[in-house]
Formats: sequence, structure tokens, C-alpha cells
Amino acid sequence: MSEIFTKSMARNIYYGGSAFFILLFLALTFDTSIALPKRDHRENITPQVAQGKVVWEVNDCVGCHTLLGEGSYYAPELGNVYKRRGGGAFIKAWIKMMPTNIPGRRKMPQFNLSEEELDALVAFLKWSSEIDTAGWPPNIEG
Amino acid sequence: MQYSSQSVAKPYFIAAIGLFVGQILFGLIMGLQYVVGDFLFPLIPFNVARMVHTNLLIVWLLFGFMGASYYLVPEESEKELHSPRLAIALFWIFLIAGALTIVGYLLVPYARLAELTGDSVLPTMGREFLEQPTITKVGIVIVILGFLYNIGMTILQGRKTVVSIVLLTGLVGLAVFFLFAFYNPENLVLDKYYWWWVVHLWVEGVWELILGAILAFVLIKVTGVDREIIEKWLYVIIAMTLITGILGTGHHYYWIGAPEYWQWWGSIFSALEPMPFFLMVIYAFTMVNKRRREHPNKAATLWALGTAVMAFLGAGVWGFLHTLSPVNYYTHGTQITAAHGHLAFYGAYVMIVLTMISYAMPMLRGRAAANSNKAQVWEMWSFWLMTVSMVFITLFLTAAGVLQVYLQRATENPLPFMVVQDKIALFYWLREIAGVIFLIGLVVYIISFFVGGESKKWKTRFDAL
Repeated sequence: MSEIFTKSMARNIYYGGSAFFILLFLALTFDTSIALPKRDHRENITPQVAQGKVVWEVNDCVGCHTLLGEGSYYAPELGNVYKRRGGGAFIKAWIKMMPTNIPGRRKMPQFNLSEEELDALVAFLKWSSEIDTAGWPPNIEG
Repeated sequence: MQYSSQSVAKPYFIAAIGLFVGQILFGLIMGLQYVVGDFLFPLIPFNVARMVHTNLLIVWLLFGFMGASYYLVPEESEKELHSPRLAIALFWIFLIAGALTIVGYLLVPYARLAELTGDSVLPTMGREFLEQPTITKVGIVIVILGFLYNIGMTILQGRKTVVSIVLLTGLVGLAVFFLFAFYNPENLVLDKYYWWWVVHLWVEGVWELILGAILAFVLIKVTGVDREIIEKWLYVIIAMTLITGILGTGHHYYWIGAPEYWQWWGSIFSALEPMPFFLMVIYAFTMVNKRRREHPNKAATLWALGTAVMAFLGAGVWGFLHTLSPVNYYTHGTQITAAHGHLAFYGAYVMIVLTMISYAMPMLRGRAAANSNKAQVWEMWSFWLMTVSMVFITLFLTAAGVLQVYLQRATENPLPFMVVQDKIALFYWLREIAGVIFLIGLVVYIISFFVGGESKKWKTRFDAL
């Protein structure tokens, strides 16, 4: 770099540019937080949905599955599983029958969830499937 | 070594390498579980192996950053470290807390671990990369605060250089953004939105300042190029990093419930994110070409150049590959993401820590300026083995990802996830083989520390100035 472009100019771009874009990011975050209630339908987050999120977390479901595409890529996407499986009955039955006995197939552990926990998890997955995700995933297979 | 207190870096580097070995072993377990689904089940379920793999990576990189800081800051500040005793105490606290957490993952079912550690008081567990029990997270905060105090006092009371101020800025940012790990609202969308403030603003934000500062330090040392020139480059690179990377966070907001305008902000700014990495390549090679002395540590120079190139490929090129929202619509949450994650973390953060270890360890072990020729040859073999095998891991995962996207998302008749996984198993096998080569490279790396021979000195006294 030539002598015309000095170190102090570089420093000013660093400080000025960073400050500007931090402020812009905060402004966009503010706007997003205003727009979100219509997209996440938070009015539907019942105590049961909240409990379901806890069940999701304390069993580290995200350690194998993705949820809205984030998590691990070892097992199917679950953001739309409620719709893919046509409701909660399949989900509950599936979780209860784990692990499968098929040799060599990827295994899901038996989590020994209570009926209450299973219902909460289903409620959480149902709520998740109704988030406005801009049309993602491309199809029902997730 | 100019200051005796720099020696506290040594245990940090040793611990980092030890945990690195653990990380790779669990990576191999997971890689095999991708194709032999019941391997080690139910002893080590996949999610447990993955937690151990990713958490060990984060912890050993933090050990590496801390060790690098303890080595670099006294030399930059031209004074002894504020408190070497605090640095050693924090080392043991961090190591024991980290080890207990990993043992907890392995020995206790995760839900039981959450119960035992009182997660319900302040639920923060069960989110990707932030799986640590809340009490471990509190421990991490305490260790980082103590570390920042130690480093900050040394910098503020000594000579202030651009390198040390940029490093300090990055480390403070690391601490500040980690605090969002404690924010876990019931609303999944908000949870995800701010989760990225830890994850993205770490790896595509403040960690790059740490990377830039360490790379600048090593380049100043090995090339002897005037500090003014290197510091100017450093400012330009980190300016580009933050200008593109902060709004680049938007590439994570496409499909998690945030408004559609993030598809524009995210696509435009993250398309520019490769620029600072490209500049870093030009800068590293220009500085080495303009070198004013021949440093006897050839291996450290190789690692430094390798960091720039591989960070550009992994973070820059492989990031760009799937960052535009119309592309990401198909690739989001597939093996393409995994491919990018592997090469970016290896190229940027693993390699910068290994660069610093390569430069500093000979001096920390009381050798002259560098290891013997023989030891350096071993080290350079490990560089190539690990780097080339990681490129292949990335290529195989990319191939798997392309097929996955096609079969599951882009054809007329999309197939279910597990059916697709069976069809692409060949690439998972190839990835596992590349992983074994990586492990061999890591073993060669460790052997290089035990290869003797006469350590290398500066050729002339003039060179060492």
C-alpha cells in the first residue's frame, strides 16, 4: 500500500466503519423485534409449549437433529415434523419405541419421557411448525 | 524469550494440544457413527460424541488464545505479566472445570446432568455449542474475567501497540458476546436470533481480531518487516472483517422466523466476507517476501502462511458457496454447512493457534530461536498431513452435501432424510478415511515435539535484532 494511504487512515476506517455497522445492526435488530410477534405467533406460546422447549433442551435433541435447519445433520429436520407426520400421535409413538433394533441403523436413545413431557414436546414442535420461516424448508422432507 | 512471565503460556499450549487429540478421537467416533449407526451405542450416543467434539474444540482454542496472549502481551507491552500466579491458578481452574464437564457429558445422561447442575434455575443448556451446564458457563465467565484483568493490566501499564490493543479488543468482545449464552427465552425465534450473537459474532467477528493480532505478531517476529507496515494491514483487514461480518450475521436470519429483508442484508454483506480473508493471503505472502531477515523457524512461517490460505478457503470460499439466500434455501442445514464448518475452523482458528505454538514453544522450552532441522521437518510433515486431509474431509462432505441437496430438496420427487443418508454413505466412508489421515498427522505433530537435535540459532547477531 502506498504512502498516500496512511496507518491513521486505516485506523479511522476500522473505528468508523465498525461503529457505523454496529449501529446499523442494532437498528435492524430493533426493527426485527417489532416485526417478530406477527411471524413467531408468540401468543401461542403456552406454558406447555415452554415446557416442551425445556424437554427439547435437556435431552439435547439438537445434538442429532436440526430445528429450522440449525443443529446437527445426523437425523431429520424437526421444525416441520409435526406437519410431515400429520400430528403428534406418530411423534409420541416413535419416541417411545426407540431405540430401533435394526443393526447398523443410526440410533436414537430411549429418553423415558413421561406422558406429560411427550405432550409438551409435541406442543412445542407444533408451535415451531407454525413459525413464518419465509417458505423454508423447500418441501415436506425438510 | 524476553520476559520470564511469558513461560505461563507453556501449560496452556500443552493443554490445548492434549484436548485437540481428544477432539479428533471423538470426531472419528462420530464419523464412524454416520455409517455404522450403532457403533458404541448406547455407551456414547452420537449427540454426546458431538458435544464432546465441538466443546473440546472451543475449549482448546480458548486455551490456545489465552496461551498466545500470555506469550505475546509481555513482549508487546515490554513488561512482565501483571500476575503470573493468577494465570497459573486460572489455568488449573479452567482445565479442571473443562474436564469435569466433559466427564459429565460422558458418564451421566444429559437430562440428569441438567438436573444435577440445577439447569432449571437458569436454563441455558441443550443449545448447539452452548451445551455446557450453566455452572460451567459461570465458571467460563469467571476465568475469562480474571484473564482479561491480567492481560488488560499488563497492556494498560506497558507499551501500547496496535497488536496488543486489537488483541485486547477481540478478547473483550469474546467475553461480552459470551454473555448472550445466558439469554435463553421461551420463544425459539428470539433464542435463535441472539444465540447467533455468541456464535457468529465470535467466529466471524471478534475472534478474527484475535486471529489478526496473533498473525501480525508472528509476522513481525519472523519477517522483521517494519511494524508500521504490518499494523496498517492489520487495521485494513479487521476493518473489512467487521464492516462485512457484523451485517453478515444476516445470513443466519433467512429461515428462522426473522423478516425477509435479512435475505438482502445477509446475502450482500456476507458475499463480501471473503474480502478480508483474501487480503490476509496477500498480506501474509507480501510480508514474507519482503522479509528483512531469515528466521530459523521455517515451520512457524509455514503455519502462518497456511493460516491465511486455509482461512480464505474455509471461511471465505466455502462460506461464500452457500451464503447467498437463494442458494442457502437449498443448502441450509445440510452437509454443505458441515463442510464449511470444518475447513473454516481448521483454517482460521486451529491453524493460528498452531502458528503461535510453533513460534513460541521452542523458546518456552529453553531452545534457541527454533527447533532442530529434524524436528521442523516432522512438524512440516504434520502440517501437510493435517491440512491436506482436512481439505479432503471438506471435499467429501461437500460432495455428500450436493447429493443430499439434490435428492432431498431439489428434485421432482424428494426423498426422506434417512433414505438420502443411505445413498450418500460412500462419501461418509471417504471422509472417515481422511479423518484417520488427519489423526496420523496429529500424531506426527506430537512426535515432532520429542525429536531432538541441535536447536537452531540466528545466523548472525544482526538477524536477531
